[in-house]
This record gives sequence, C-alpha cells and structure tokens, in this order.
Amino acid sequence: MPAGLNINLYAVMPEILVTALALLVLILDFFIRKNKAALGWVSIVGLLCILPVAAYTNEPYPVFGGTVVADSFSAFFNVIFIIAAIFTILISMDYLKKIGVDRGEYYHIILFATVGMMVMGAANDLINVYVGLELMALSFYILVAYRVTSSRSVEGALKYFVLGALSSGILLYGMSFAYGAAGSTNFMEIAGELGKGDNTFLTLGIILMAVGFGFKIAAVPFHLWAPDVYEGAPTPVTALLSVGSKAAAFAAFLRVFTAAFPAFQADWSSMLWLVSAATMIFGAVVAISQKNIVRMLAYSSIAHAGIIMIGLLVFNDTGLSGVAYYLLVYAFMNMGAFTIVALFRNKGKFENIDEYRGLASTRPLLAFLMALFLLSLAGIPPTGGFAAKFFVLSAAIDAKYYWLASIGVVSTAISLFFYAKVIFYMYMRDPEVGAETAPSSGVIYNIVLFCTATGTVLLGVYPAPFIDMAIKAVRPLLM
Amino acid sequence: MTGLTGFPILSTITFLPALGALGIILFYKKEWTDLIKWTALGTSVVTFAVSLYLPLTFDMADPGLQWVEKTVWIERFGISYYMGVDGISLLLVLLTTFMTIICVLASWREINTKLKGYMALFLLTETFSLGIFMAMDLFLFYVFWEAVLIPMVFIIGIWGGVRKFYSAIKFFIFTFVGSLFMLLGVLAIYFYHGKVTGVYTFDSTILLLSPVAPAVQFWVFIAFFLGFAVKVPMFPLHTWLPDAHTDAPTAGSIVLAAVLLKLGTYAFVRFTLPMLPNASMAFAPLMIGISIFAIIYGALVTIAQKDIKKLIAYSSVSHMGFVMLGIFVFNIEGLKGSVMQMLNHGISTGALFLLVGMIYERTHTRMIGDYTGLFKELPVYGVFFLIVVLSSMGMPTTNGFIGELFVLIGAFKAHWVYAVFVAFGVLLGAVYLLWLFQRVFLGNFHYAGGHGLKDLGLREIIETAPLIILIFWIGLYPKPFLNVMDASLTRLVKQVETNYRKGNGEAVSPQASLDAAVVERKVE
Repeated sequence: MPAGLNINLYAVMPEILVTALALLVLILDFFIRKNKAALGWVSIVGLLCILPVAAYTNEPYPVFGGTVVADSFSAFFNVIFIIAAIFTILISMDYLKKIGVDRGEYYHIILFATVGMMVMGAANDLINVYVGLELMALSFYILVAYRVTSSRSVEGALKYFVLGALSSGILLYGMSFAYGAAGSTNFMEIAGELGKGDNTFLTLGIILMAVGFGFKIAAVPFHLWAPDVYEGAPTPVTALLSVGSKAAAFAAFLRVFTAAFPAFQADWSSMLWLVSAATMIFGAVVAISQKNIVRMLAYSSIAHAGIIMIGLLVFNDTGLSGVAYYLLVYAFMNMGAFTIVALFRNKGKFENIDEYRGLASTRPLLAFLMALFLLSLAGIPPTGGFAAKFFVLSAAIDAKYYWLASIGVVSTAISLFFYAKVIFYMYMRDPEVGAETAPSSGVIYNIVLFCTATGTVLLGVYPAPFIDMAIKAVRPLLM
Repeated sequence: MTGLTGFPILSTITFLPALGALGIILFYKKEWTDLIKWTALGTSVVTFAVSLYLPLTFDMADPGLQWVEKTVWIERFGISYYMGVDGISLLLVLLTTFMTIICVLASWREINTKLKGYMALFLLTETFSLGIFMAMDLFLFYVFWEAVLIPMVFIIGIWGGVRKFYSAIKFFIFTFVGSLFMLLGVLAIYFYHGKVTGVYTFDSTILLLSPVAPAVQFWVFIAFFLGFAVKVPMFPLHTWLPDAHTDAPTAGSIVLAAVLLKLGTYAFVRFTLPMLPNASMAFAPLMIGISIFAIIYGALVTIAQKDIKKLIAYSSVSHMGFVMLGIFVFNIEGLKGSVMQMLNHGISTGALFLLVGMIYERTHTRMIGDYTGLFKELPVYGVFFLIVVLSSMGMPTTNGFIGELFVLIGAFKAHWVYAVFVAFGVLLGAVYLLWLFQRVFLGNFHYAGGHGLKDLGLREIIETAPLIILIFWIGLYPKPFLNVMDASLTRLVKQVETNYRKGNGEAVSPQASLDAAVVERKVE
C-alpha cells in the first residue's frame, strides 16, 4: 500500500482548521484579559465555519501513506464531534462563571479534545488511533479536574487519569501484539495478513484492544470510572465526555474492528455479545438506585453503550449505520439533558433527583424539555431515541441475534423506570416548601435547548434523510 | 402507491384534537379556565362531528379499507404513513371521538388544578388512540401505540388519587415492557417477510398476503401477546388495571375503559389473527382457557370489592375475557360478538365510571356501605345507574345482551363447554352488579353527611343521556352496527382461513387467494 505517500491536505482540512482555531484561541487568551467568554465565542464561530468543511470533506482513499482516510464515515463523526463541542462551549461560558474558574485555556483544551476525536474518526492506522485517543484523553484529564476547589472534581480526575492511563497502556499493548502478528499498523495490511499462519497473538491483540476501547465507551466491566468522573467533572465537560468521547471511541472501535479484523468477526462478535449484554443490564439495573442525577445519567450512558454495541457486533450495514445514527441522536438528547443539569447544578444544589420535584410548576418549559430528553433516552416514540433503538434492534433481529435483542429490550424497559422517576418528580410532586427555586435559563441556554430539542424530535419524526446519511457514512467500512 | 389521494379525512380527524391541544398549550393563559374548557369541548365536538362523515359515506359492501391515505415516510425501511378504516375499526373510531366529549364534560368540575395541561393531554390521548385504530403500517401503529402511554401516565400521575405515583408508574412500566416485546415481534415479521418475498415493508396489508412459517409465528405470537395482552388486560397481566382505574380521575378511568382497553383486543383482531393464523390456532385452547379463567376469576374478585371504582375495574377484567373468548373461537359470530362487546364495554363501563365519578364528587367516598338507599334521595341518578348496570350485565333490550349473545353463540359453535362457562360468567356478572346496586341504592337511606345530596344537574344529565340512548339503540336495533362490521369480519375470517392453509403449506386455490388479495389491489 504505502507505495506513494499521497499527501493530500484537503483530506485532513477539518483537523487542520480546528487545530488552527485552537492555536488562535490560545494566542488570543494572552490578549483578552477580562472577558474570557469572548474566547468561547471565537471558538464557536470558528467551529460553525468549520462545520460545513468537515461535513463535505470526502476523499475516500487513504492518504498520508495509508494512515488517514477522510471518507463519509469520518465526515459523519466529525459533524457529531463539532456539534457536541459547540454545545459544550455554549453552556460552559455561564457555567465557568458560576463555579468561579473563568479561565481561557478551557476553550482551547476543548478544541484540542475535539481534534483528538476527529483524528480517531479518520484514523486508518493503529498509531493514529492511539495519537488521537491520547490527545483527547489528555485534554479530558485537565478538563475533568477543572473545578479545582472541589475535592470531587479532583478525585474524579485522578481516577480518570489513573484508569485512563492504564487502559491506554492496555490498548497500546494490544496494538503491539497486532503489529507483531501482522507486521504492520495499517488496517488494510493487517486485514490482509489475517488467516496466514498462527493467529494467537493477533487474537490476544484483539482482546486487549477491545478492553481499551471498552474503557473509553464505559462498557461493563470497564465502566467503574464513569459515575465518579461524571459526577466530579464540570457538568459541560461531563456532557462532552458522554457524547463526544463515547462517539470517538465508537468511531475508532468500528473502524479498527471492521477494517482490520473482519476475518475474526465471528470471534469478536461473540466476545462483544457478552460485554454488550452485561453492559445493558448492569447499567440499567444500577441506575435505578441512584439518587444523584449525574450518576443516574452516567449509568444510563453505560446502558446506552451496551445497546450501541449491538449494532457493532451484528456486523451488517443496518447495524453499523445504526451505531452512527444512534450516536448522532445521542449527541442531541444526552447533550440536552446535561444542559438542563448544568443549568441547575450549583454549589451542591440540584444534585439529587428529588430536588427536581415540582419543577413543572416553577419552570414548566424546562421541565417539559427535560421530560422530552428523558423520554427520548428511554426510547419512546416519536423521539429520536426511539428511532435509534429501533434501528439497532432491527439490525439485531435481521442478523438473528434474538436473545441479544431481547436483552436490549429488557434493559430499555428497566431504564424506563429511572427516567420516568425524574419525570414523575418534576410533574407529580409539589415543590418542597422553602426550597430554592430553580434558576431560569438565559438566552444561551435557550439556544442550546432549542437546538437539542429540535434535533431530538426531528430525528424521530423525520429520520429518513439522516438514516440515509448514516448508511452512506458506514458504506466505506463494509467495502 | 405514493401520495395522498383526495382529502385526508382520517388524518384530519386524528390530528384535530392535537391541534386543539397545541392551541391550548401555546396561546392560553393558565387563568383562562373557562375558555380552556370550552375550547377542549369545542375541539372534541368538532372532531366528533367530522368523524360522523365516516359512517355517512361508509360503503358497507366494501370489506376493505376506506378513505385510505398512504405516503412514504422512511423509505429505507419500507415504512409508510398509511391510514385506513374498515368495518372493524369504524365503530371504535366513533367510540373514541364520542367518549372524548363525555370525558371533557366529566372533568368540567372535577379538575381544578393545572387545567391547561389536563385538557391538552386528554386531546392528545384522543389523537394517539385514533391513530392506533387507523394505522395500517405496523411501524406507524407502534409509534401511536407507545405514544398514547405518555398522556395517560401523566393524567393518572398528576390528577390521580391517593396512590397516583405508584399507579402511574405501574401502568407505564407494564404497558411499555409489553410493547417492547411486540416491537421485536414486528421486526421479526418484517425481516422474515423481507427475506422470503424480497419486499421489506411494514405495510400490514402486504405482510398479510404471505404469512410467515408456523415456527416463526409461534415466537411472534408470544411477542405480540405480551404487547397486546397487557393492554386488554388479560390475566395474569391485568394487575395494573385496578390500580390505574382506582387512582385515575373520572375522565381518565372513562377513557381507559372505553378506549385504551380496546386497543389490545383490536390489535388481536387486526394483526394477530390474520398474520399469525397457525400460531393463533395452536394457542387458541390456551387463550380460551385464560379468557374463561379471566371471566370467572374477574367476576369473583369483583364480588369481593369494597371500593366501587375498583369493583368496576375488576369487572372490566371479566368483561374483556368475553371479548378475548369471542376472538379465539374462530368463527364469525364470536368475532362479531367481540367487536360488539368492545363497543358495549366502552359505553357501559364508561358510563359506570362516569356515574361513580358523580357520586364521588358529592360525597368524596366510593366505599360501599358509606351510603345506602340512594334511590330515594337521587331518583334520576338511580334510574341512570340501574339502566347502565342492566346493560353491563347483559339484560335483553340493552346493548350488553347483543354482544354477549353473539359471543355465546360463537362459543357454543366452538364447543358447548365454553358456552357453559360463558353463561356462568354472565350469571356472576349479574350477581356482582345487582348486589352493588342493592347495597348502594336500595334499603333505607343512610349517609354520614345526612340528607341534602343534590340529584343530577343539567350538565350531568346531558353527558349521561347519550350513553343511555346508545345502550337502548344497540339493544333494540343493533342492525346498523352489525352491518357495518359484517363485510370486513367476513373477509377477515376468509383471510385467516386462507393464511392458515398457506402457513401449513397447503395449496391454496387461486380463487381463495384472489379473494384475500382483491381488496388490497383495490386499495392501491
């Protein structure tokens, strides 16, 4: 393959532009002393300009010596990453003032994390996957610890750092086995080496890499960090972590396993079957007993990871496009839910689910939107969450994974309980006497909520064009 | 195939209430309570008026779908927005639009808090219920099927009684879990059909033409059963019903009994029978057994109830047992009786809940024994109650008689033992209903609050009278109602037969196949 280096800057233009934007914000940070939120606005405007470039970059041939491929798949995920980053920055500006750490580097670290995600989505080489992953992870280590005054935040960051470093190590270890067995880090070349001779080490490599990715998507049994980190991190960072980081890990997961190891599909599918089933059930069951809303959402995101994995392991076009579609919907609905949590959470207030009681009478619109996002997460039609679940489950039925689909259904049914609990608290209980009234949402929050709610509903009511996009996105994976 | 032809009358009927709900939510202030009530009433009346267009233009000779609307929704999955009404669903559509008016009226004084949300949710419930009765695409059907849960859960949970939180979440989870398995069943049919015929579609009329293999039918039947039986509700999945009924506001109980319980039985008739004829036939003894058990068990439990509302709720379990029995005896009389009983149960039980709501508004108790001898104090109320009780127990000249008679004939045709049980069930029904009447209305007047209970006012008479008229209309002259469903049910039976033979791998005469298919052609 690496006959020519094939340098094509167009293919990596989105990554270059976001990096440049991050550097610009870094420099501006020195000149803008007082109003750091201005940096946020610069980042948002920049990302909005890059969005069309990222969406339309489509060079379906591997470039840079076969290490990068900017196809419809990476374009689809780039859009998810950039949208998630925009929403995150929008809700961060107010949040950072609230927690009293209004510092400039926050914004360019988010941008660097975004670059990391984009590199992961476009990687066609193990090394690139690793570099992207580390760039993303290092940025998140800092971001999670951003509430420096809170011991929770620091604890979460430390846990994330230690376990993250460990999982990166395991991933790298797995990659080294794959390299040792196949003699290359390039996906296509690895795929070409498969089945020749002894595959013991390659199998070991696959398992170890699955562990590494499993950590990033918070799959059982590698999920233990998620609740603590989600709870400790600044809420906007949690949102980006649960949406962007998960999507990026899934993008790389999909790419590596479908491009490099298709010949082992039967093996890794049965391995992921177990992981997926355990993740779905465990996430949903443990979420029931959670009192803290962020921890509840953390376990819910674990359960979702399990369901998304179904799409990967059934390994057909419906399943893979289902993963892409699911992550798109997830970006909107989960971001929406976290936006409301970020708005309310302040100095130990609105941590617990029962503090949401009576919200419908004090903040009817916000309660309605929260209910919408939660119902979508529960997968109730006609929301996007339903369309996404339908997509993935239909792939499972198509591939005759009846038991896994049934487990997915059971997990969804269990999860209804804890989502409905929040809704019931908001609508069916009266507010506690003397309790602090929930803050109202400002213009910026309203913009984010409007966009996420529109996305959540639109993806459920009129999914056809987006489904087509998702199908187009995964086509390169199945070639 | 694609595109709407003619005026989309069905969509208009379906989404008119939603439009009203949207208007109330967006443009009305909380304080404008009268305006909200009148708008909700106006919306439901207009919807009913428009829906009357259907029986007026209904072609009784045509067994197929009428006023069909079909347009592509999600092409990739073969999903279409496909609405149609035939003789089976027409009466249920009318029942829904009609009962919603009653519900709005029943809430006139009962609901004082958060009226805006309440009325909006009620109208939404109407929209989604109508959607279920009209949807011919399984995906669309499923969307409405799940969506109807949300407003109902809120109605119970916000405006409900003592244990509203518990009852609402129980209702929510029971029905949601069942529906999810149904979704798996739908997907299984979809892919199986796609692989066999090469046509991937959720269009139920196309899926009907080539039934899946009996082995697949077996599992799909179980999946469908879990989804539909919870809503009916069939024993042993009925436990949410008494709680939901007891804690729901009056109008919530009415719509639950009159409309939501019909969704399950309707789905059995519409989808389970013709799509899974072999499995239905195989499961029939079990289903009949469960139904008979539900009839008897429901009646016995009903006898023991102290709370009038709970009593009526359990009587629903028994009554819906009749409906299910009529469906699974596999003959035209049984089916006719079932559809008739769906309608009757909606009217009679709806009326019972309405009347119980009225006495509760006055006394704030529903316990039997808290008041006796009401007949002397409230004669009008007493007469209404008596008529409804008689109708519910199947007294000749009332609607209940017609339905139960047909179910009885159907059961007898299948096996005389079934008929014995049905007759016994009817008898038990008379026991609990007449005993209820005796304890509450006869004897010497006693009520802790003393004399001075007001008899029914004008509004209350207006909302009850139409139900009374219907009870006697169907009881004395059921012909128009039976005629409406006749052609469609006859075709359904033929379809089930044809599909049964196809499923068994027997050769089907081209004529029989044609009979089943000809209507579909006409539609397209």
